[in-house]
Amino acid sequence: MSLKSNLHNLKEKYKGTKMAPAFNALHTFLYLPNEITHNGTHIKAADDLKRTMNTVIMAMVPCLIFGMFNAGYQHHLALGTIESAQGFLGASFWTWSNLVIGMWKVLPLVVVSYGVGLAIEFLFAVIKGHEVEEGYLVTGMLVPLIVPIDLPLWMLAVAVAFGVVIGKEVFGGTGMNILNPALTIRAFLFFAYPTWMSGDKVWVHGAVERAGTADAISGETILGSYAQSQEVVYSYADMFFGIIPGSIGETSKLLIILGALFLIFTKIGSWRIIVSTLIGALAMGLIFNGVVDAGWISSSSKFFGLMSVPFWQHLIIGSILFGAVFMATDPVTAAQTNKGKWIYGFLIGFISIMIRVFNPAYPEGVFLAILLMNVFAPTIDHYVVQGNVKKRLKRLKVKTA
Amino acid sequence: MGLLSKKDAKLITDPLADNNPITIQVLGICSALAITAELKASLVMGIAVLFVLGIGNVVISLMRNIIPSKIRIIVQLIVVASLVIIVDQVLKAYAYELSKTLSVFVGLIITNCIIMGRFEAFALGNGPWKAFLDGIGNALGYAVILLVVGFFRELLGSGTLFGIPVLGDPIEKTGLYSIGYENNGFMLMPPMALIIVGLIIWVQRSRNTSLIEH
Repeated sequence: MSLKSNLHNLKEKYKGTKMAPAFNALHTFLYLPNEITHNGTHIKAADDLKRTMNTVIMAMVPCLIFGMFNAGYQHHLALGTIESAQGFLGASFWTWSNLVIGMWKVLPLVVVSYGVGLAIEFLFAVIKGHEVEEGYLVTGMLVPLIVPIDLPLWMLAVAVAFGVVIGKEVFGGTGMNILNPALTIRAFLFFAYPTWMSGDKVWVHGAVERAGTADAISGETILGSYAQSQEVVYSYADMFFGIIPGSIGETSKLLIILGALFLIFTKIGSWRIIVSTLIGALAMGLIFNGVVDAGWISSSSKFFGLMSVPFWQHLIIGSILFGAVFMATDPVTAAQTNKGKWIYGFLIGFISIMIRVFNPAYPEGVFLAILLMNVFAPTIDHYVVQGNVKKRLKRLKVKTA
Repeated sequence: MGLLSKKDAKLITDPLADNNPITIQVLGICSALAITAELKASLVMGIAVLFVLGIGNVVISLMRNIIPSKIRIIVQLIVVASLVIIVDQVLKAYAYELSKTLSVFVGLIITNCIIMGRFEAFALGNGPWKAFLDGIGNALGYAVILLVVGFFRELLGSGTLFGIPVLGDPIEKTGLYSIGYENNGFMLMPPMALIIVGLIIWVQRSRNTSLIEH
């Protein structure tokens, strides 16, 4: 008897009991169930929810691993124990000691995110008597990628509990949520514990403990520097390859683009949303550049720093690219119609850059923009569908007249 | 019982739970969201509404047979407004700091839907004793929710209760703060009050499923 058939027999034995959903979840996670359908015609396809979720996770793994190296690298660099890496393949970047520090800080975040989130999912499944859904697999992976490295674990646990219950379960679980749960978690952290989520102390491991002492180190993000009109010390290549301080998974634009290509190739991420988000961001960036070129704003204005950033550079600083690829494309909370996706994505990019420039307190406006558009997605869809209905009614009238 | 008949007692106990003005009728939400960041403000607001609604209901009930129905809303407004002005003046005289915290929301008791709602729905059709009990009951129902929301928001948001630190000192890092606990800034924002009210509604309706509308 193999493990698979053992599990199947156990499942048959305990069918209908209270803990059955929790058990079934483990079973289907490991194996294809033995159940077969009995009537009707069925299309057999492998791309079920589980496969979809796993594909997204695979697209994110490179960002996670890079994030670990980068966490260690930024820590060592800030302490002055290593030389600057001078480029993506620099010798001082891909080292064991960087990876060990990164793993030591990042893996606990992953474990807490999955542990708390799945515990709540299982709890709700058992109480409500439905099957455990796979929705949390992606959320649980996204969460560690979008938080600062030194975030205390209990804060993450509180935020995950809040995000899963308020962001998802109260609406009816996976597939019913209005807001992206991962972003709900980040928004909760941002408003609840702002000192741990923004500023120049949280992006490099060890900076918080050293604040105010003689060994103080600082790791201002590029957006932070621009918002305060300071000189930015990173080259464009560093920004693109991601050798900069920031949230764990958002820094490497190269790996995010690879992930995006993978998602588009497997037809899991919507290229319409990704492309239109970037177009929206570029459009807003161009408008701001135009304002600066026209001389409508003086260099003493507090918006000048971020407004004068060349429009294309907005794409490689901050997390707009990560948001566009992994957050905006969430199939549940995004617009569903093709035309709707263009509008939805465009507005996300547009509003992201607007928040980024106009509110220096929220230099990272991407998550707010996506949450806002999550709320509007059903409205956009409604008008797209209504517009189509009207068009077809008109066509019918012309024909019959 | 003796003091109150069963029917009269129900006038007080009903609004406390199964017919709560906030969680069941969803009235008076604005002030519940705005002023519950501190327990003290919640308590004073509860007392203010208790005073206004208790007396207002009696006054309206006494006048119910002489108020022409065409101008009854104006009459009701005048009664509430006079009572609210009394509350406002007393607060300004004896608790100036608190009246600044409550700011415009004392004045806005006039527009609190619970008060106009009780005048319209109950005081205009019942005798003064019953109207008084109904007013007290509804105001208590309002105050209970305010206090529960205020309790959680002040405890988790500032680590204090009625302004007294109960979790330690966040600056000196004593008590809970010495092991890394921090205040939740989100609790002090109105959205969190809405979420807490939502959670109370959730708990209440899952305990008493007959309250769920279909």
